[in-house]
Amino acid sequence: MDRIDHAASELREMDDLAALSSPIHSLHPLAKLIVTILYIFLTVSFNKYDLSGLIVMLLYPVIAFSVSGIPIRTCFYKLRIVLPLVCAVGLFNPFFDRVPLLYIGNISVSCGVISMITLMLKGVFCLMASFILVATTTMDAICAALRKIHIPNMIVTLLLLTYRYISVMIDEVSIMTTAYKLRAPGQKGIHYSAWGSFLGQLLLRSMDRAEELYSSMQLRGFCGEFQYADVPPAKLIDYLYAVFAVGAFFLCRMVNIASFFGSIALGGSL
Amino acid sequence: MHMADALLAPAVAATMYVASGTTAGISVHKLKKDENTQKLPMMAVTAALVFAGQMINYTIPGTGSSGHMCGGMMLSALLGPQAGFLSMVVILAIQCLFFADGGLMALGANCWNMAFYGCFVGYYLIWRPIIRSNWFGKMEAKAALRMKIIAASVIGCIVTLQLGAFSVVLETSLSGITELPFGAFCALMQPIHLAIGLVEGLVTSAVLIFVAESRPELLQEVNPEEKGLTGKHSLKTTVIIIAVVAALVGGALSLFASSNPDGLEWALFGNSDAGYSENMALDEENYGIESGVADAAASVQEKTAFLPDYAFANSDSAAGTTVSGLVGSVIVAALAVGICVLGGFFRKKKQAIK
Repeated sequence: MDRIDHAASELREMDDLAALSSPIHSLHPLAKLIVTILYIFLTVSFNKYDLSGLIVMLLYPVIAFSVSGIPIRTCFYKLRIVLPLVCAVGLFNPFFDRVPLLYIGNISVSCGVISMITLMLKGVFCLMASFILVATTTMDAICAALRKIHIPNMIVTLLLLTYRYISVMIDEVSIMTTAYKLRAPGQKGIHYSAWGSFLGQLLLRSMDRAEELYSSMQLRGFCGEFQYADVPPAKLIDYLYAVFAVGAFFLCRMVNIASFFGSIALGGSL
Repeated sequence: MHMADALLAPAVAATMYVASGTTAGISVHKLKKDENTQKLPMMAVTAALVFAGQMINYTIPGTGSSGHMCGGMMLSALLGPQAGFLSMVVILAIQCLFFADGGLMALGANCWNMAFYGCFVGYYLIWRPIIRSNWFGKMEAKAALRMKIIAASVIGCIVTLQLGAFSVVLETSLSGITELPFGAFCALMQPIHLAIGLVEGLVTSAVLIFVAESRPELLQEVNPEEKGLTGKHSLKTTVIIIAVVAALVGGALSLFASSNPDGLEWALFGNSDAGYSENMALDEENYGIESGVADAAASVQEKTAFLPDYAFANSDSAAGTTVSGLVGSVIVAALAVGICVLGGFFRKKKQAIK
């Protein structure tokens, strides 16, 4: 089935991207995690009419994409999931908020239009920032960073194990749906007579597999926690990156840099 | 139902993180106390399965459309509420990180809207009372169990999805993101999720019935040996419990809806969708001058904003700021394009040298 195969290839693609090497890839995962979360918080905190202030936040993801060498189009493919709900919420703003905010020539632009654009840009920026985090950091490294900030071991181990098994399950479900489709050509989805048994069968098999998995983990000496040995301690560059990025974000949040540029440009031309 | 980052104000997102984080902490504590490390691989495999299972399309008889499975109810029926909640949290985290389905900052809110209601409310108030009750007592034991699972799954999915959808509306409105009046947004979201909930409930019950018939010991509360558990609540008590809960939830909802200024505005203009748009056109001038909705939303925005904002509209200097802002924005955009081009240029050069 298309959706399942898409999901599998998306996962593989993210893994491949995270395995590349670049200055961003080699940064400490915790530094990247903190910078990303702070970026999202500050981006979202912009006033809904503050389009010119918000636009400066575009620079971080663009620089990060450029330095890490990850093609931006891989990220925009994911917008299809983010944008519908954001648009559904934002599209009403122009109708309800008609106070004119500025005039371009004779055309008045209302507050609602500005707030709609701001909302959509926020959605896109946040997606780009979290995409850059995942595309440059492996799941193991993210989990190690989560352990560093004392997220309970059970949740992190569960995250890692689930991630490991998602690709297995996606493959199994994909094989099953393909087989079903071939036996039921022209039928859209699973017939209701097979609703229960289709996933139920796989569920029962998976439960048995989970028990075997646990036995084998115990035999290999699993004592409740994975060891993350491959994450080196933070270097000076990691601290510098975190401090510089956080400082720059706060500067962009406090000072309207776009307006500043604009006034310089206008002042120069006058 | 997955919320993107842009739909939340930082204050709301942080509050939801605290709420979901506390729930996760309590769940971890409870599972640790039970020393249930053996459950870990079970949780992971089931979570992965539910993740993959959500992508299967099920044909809905009689219509051309298809539906999916509801994760929260199924996980809590198989693993119990605490383990189910943690598994849902992990699923949501992976969906957010790798599929951009829901934002990183909105993760706390998403966990609350989908995992908390689905697992805790769905399990303690719906699944457990119904499975333990002696509903359909006149039927044969096996058939009665089947009917109880269908009832619990369908009611559970509908109720938890309604709660989740309502939370989405509440969180978005509190964040001051949308100009859409609270009542209108509710009227948009709730009916859609009523239909989704019904279909998800049916699919979930089909899978759970299959499990109950082939391996009943896997389901929570369904234990053929322990007959003592069943019959604790009669049909009457269960109905009363659900009715009281529904009344409480309904009361809370209407309280929220009526105390909200946007909701009042909505009521003033008219209630039906068609009537509303007509009134909008009639009162447009008046509406523009007063702009009650904008003021109300702005005041909410002011209260919830993470950092105090500087003045923007409604001042003489605003025009100047706007023009320079516009020019500056173009400069920043040009800079961004420049960086992209330069990045590509250097990379190509590097590859050529190699």
